[in-house]
Amino acid sequence: MITLESVTRTYGRFTAVDDVSFTASPGRVTGFLGPNGAGKSTTMRIIVGLTHATAGAATVSGRRYVDLPNPGLEVGVLLDASAQHAGRTGREILTISQRFMGLPRARVDEMLDLVGLSPEESSRRVRDYSLGMRQRLGLAAALIGDPTVLILDEPANGLDPAGIRWMRGLLRGFADRGGTVLLSSHLLHEIEVIADDLVVIGNGRIVAQGTKSDLLGAAGSMVRTSDRTTLAAALMADGVTSSYVGPDGLLAQADAEHVGRTAFAAGLPVLELRAADGTGLEEMFLQLTADTSREGALA
Amino acid sequence: MTTMAVPAVTHRRIPLSRIVTTELRKLLDTRSGFWTVAAIGIVSMLTTGAVILWAEREELTYRTFTTAISVPITLLLPIIAILSVTGEWSQRTGLTTFALVPHRGRIVLAKAIASVGVAVVAIPVAFAIGALGNVAGTAIAGVDPVWDLTATDLLLLVLANVLGVLIGFMLAVLIRSSAGALATYFVYAFVLPTIALVLAQSQDWFHDLQPWVDFDFAQNALMDGSVTGQQWTQLAVTGVIWLVVPLAVGLRAVVRAEVK
Ligand SMILES: Nc1ncnc2c1ncn2[C@@H]1O[C@H](COP(=O)(O)OP(=O)(O)O)[C@@H](O)[C@H]1O
Ligand SMILES: [Mg+2]
Repeated sequence: MITLESVTRTYGRFTAVDDVSFTASPGRVTGFLGPNGAGKSTTMRIIVGLTHATAGAATVSGRRYVDLPNPGLEVGVLLDASAQHAGRTGREILTISQRFMGLPRARVDEMLDLVGLSPEESSRRVRDYSLGMRQRLGLAAALIGDPTVLILDEPANGLDPAGIRWMRGLLRGFADRGGTVLLSSHLLHEIEVIADDLVVIGNGRIVAQGTKSDLLGAAGSMVRTSDRTTLAAALMADGVTSSYVGPDGLLAQADAEHVGRTAFAAGLPVLELRAADGTGLEEMFLQLTADTSREGALA
Repeated sequence: MTTMAVPAVTHRRIPLSRIVTTELRKLLDTRSGFWTVAAIGIVSMLTTGAVILWAEREELTYRTFTTAISVPITLLLPIIAILSVTGEWSQRTGLTTFALVPHRGRIVLAKAIASVGVAVVAIPVAFAIGALGNVAGTAIAGVDPVWDLTATDLLLLVLANVLGVLIGFMLAVLIRSSAGALATYFVYAFVLPTIALVLAQSQDWFHDLQPWVDFDFAQNALMDGSVTGQQWTQLAVTGVIWLVVPLAVGLRAVVRAEVK
């Protein structure tokens, strides 16, 4: 289990991660979704103590990461598959992890086998690896300690379609055995196929979170209004749950008519209202991406 | 179906000894690391050969050999220490290292022990090569070998070289970039002593002060073989100024820095 409580990280006056709270639960794959620059990698580095949070706290299996006596045996971490000494062989890189963790030497071969790196490939220098091979090696290093938690930053980058399917199966199996998986991606479709839960981040802030079926489910309506907090409260009074989506959107678990009437009764102007056809998340995500790139153009 | 919800076993803390041996492995498992260590042996042999070829007969003593060998070694050993630290940033391996051992001070300590370990093994090997050179060189020249270094002299030379390694190490921790640390090391080892020398010759006030502020000057006492109590004190004082304090500053920065 991974828990974040109001984690914030600022760089000077720029807030890269802004009051982020979520839980990644055992037995589930939690997809951490957001456009480039949203703050996914910074959040993940904070979880494993490579970046210090300005405020808030993150725990893994109930403890701060730095307090884990031998972290590799509890948490498998893959943050950047390319962050390796290019002059070492794949086997040597795995051996270093195996040594640090104090594992039997045979684990190295088992892992190479598991991720499909042949003996010939594993004795090549990482300089000559494709990104896909580096990702496989990185997964091997994350799994070698037989952890119960996996933290993977964009692990599908560079994998071919067969590789992505293979990884999906691997992570599914890991979660089905009770493991916790937190994986990030900037591609909705990539994460849609594997995640059970979704945490969507944009500009450092969580913009939506919940189970995939809630967020992507056909039921419900997408509504935009001038004051979504009030509308959410009014819907709640009727027993209708809703979640924030995008900068001013609300995804309500009720049909459009119900939502429209509730908004009218609350005296709120409706800017947009339609049945959420499962593409609500996608649109929100596109909007987020557009916002980010607009800001990028201004910066 | 097996479940792995909450880890039932509590794992043992990674022992420092294992971090040291793993860091030692990392010193030697890259081409640059391996060849820097190998270069110590190779350069010692070349230097020994050069002494045999070109030294005057009466200069053909053990001290001549060890002094000549010491020059390249004082350059090579600190490079090993520097690359061991800066590689975590320049090659970005720190992302793995500090995730597996989140207490960064333990990694830094292990690297220091591993680098000093390489030095205390390599220096006697180099001096043994020098001893062989002394035997061979005097035999070729047809004179008796002169052994003008005591065990104490040799120990002091080892200590001087270990200090050199620690200086390189400190600069690496402080600067965390290979090029920057290497450049600063050369400033430390060559530029500052030269400035101090010129200053001491021209300024009386500095001449008296020098033993208490010039680390290199204080270390030279180790090369000369006999160290007085006052010289040990001067070594300690200058060591605190030029080694301990900047190392503490660097360590603080390493612990706080973001690894990415
Ligand atoms: N050291 C830093 N100094 C300033 N800004 C930073 C630093 N590290 C990250 N950022 C900024 O924080 C934001 C989030 O970055 P990141 O976590 O890498 O995003 P993601 O992984 O979602 O693409 C980006 O805008 C990035 O430029
Ligand atoms: Mg990223």
